[in-house]
Amino acid sequence: MKVLLNGEWIQLPEHIINVSDVLKHYDIHQRHVVVEINGEILTKLEHQNTRLADKDRIEIVHFVGGG
Amino acid sequence: MLKIGSLSFQSRLLLGTGKYPSFEIQKEAVEVSEAQILTFAVRRMNIFESSQPNFLEQLDTNKYTLLPNTAGAKTAAEAVRIAKLAKASGLCDMIKVEVIGCDKTLLPDPIETLKATEELVKEGFIVLPYTSDDVVLARKLQEAGCHAVMPGASPIGSGQGIINPLNLSFIIEQAVVPVIVDAGIGSPADAALAMELGADGVLLNTAVSAAHDPVKMAKAMKLAIEAGRLGYEAGRIEKKRYATASSPKEGMSIG
Repeated sequence: MKVLLNGEWIQLPEHIINVSDVLKHYDIHQRHVVVEINGEILTKLEHQNTRLADKDRIEIVHFVGGG
Repeated sequence: MLKIGSLSFQSRLLLGTGKYPSFEIQKEAVEVSEAQILTFAVRRMNIFESSQPNFLEQLDTNKYTLLPNTAGAKTAAEAVRIAKLAKASGLCDMIKVEVIGCDKTLLPDPIETLKATEELVKEGFIVLPYTSDDVVLARKLQEAGCHAVMPGASPIGSGQGIINPLNLSFIIEQAVVPVIVDAGIGSPADAALAMELGADGVLLNTAVSAAHDPVKMAKAMKLAIEAGRLGYEAGRIEKKRYATASSPKEGMSIG
């Protein structure tokens, strides 16, 4: 499937089904990240059972230095 | 003791985490500052280069209270979204509402700041809005239920210090929640003055991170804030037009 990931259209590999698969794919599953799918913010628990669909808009954010 | 909502802090210095020369210097600066509240921004992760180090992930998050900001928001709706993203991390309940209304001065949009504050209070956040030094707006933010008001001393990152101490003292006088002077602090003297005026805390970033020696400046700010607070609690003398001798006039051995 093709998804809009942090503003870029990306073709995801076949084996990716859930949000947690995307995090593992990019090796960020152990980091402090927050995921938003089509404007819906997910809790960490929801990463496992939230299925992705073609043309989903995925935002992955984290904390950076700021004042 | 600084009390914000249900939380209590020994330190009255809130430290920003942006623009340090290196993570090593930043870690040391945070350590010597003895700050317990650290601010962060929420941004898209560069997932395609995810090996880049992240300051937060090098911190013992049990030791610090995180205060994410809504920087980048220009409307209340954008600020509310960023706040919810921050909270979904499971790392914090506090939010610094920052809704910028002017790109050049980075001064806050008062109307959107108030709207975002109202909404986030309803959502159960501990809300600390960054505001201008407007006395009436500070009151309205409190009426909206914010947990601290954070008036700017002068524009963000300008280092101009407190340009309107009178307004700041009016805000402090009428405050029913802590007043944290946020933005524009340049030197330890500025931070001490904020505390002498009766502020409950000071939030600063650039004054430390862009100092020639950030670690030394972090220590200086810590001491200045402690000195300013002690001075405020001690109660300064009134200013007089003419001199008053400190030594007795009687018992002089000459003449």
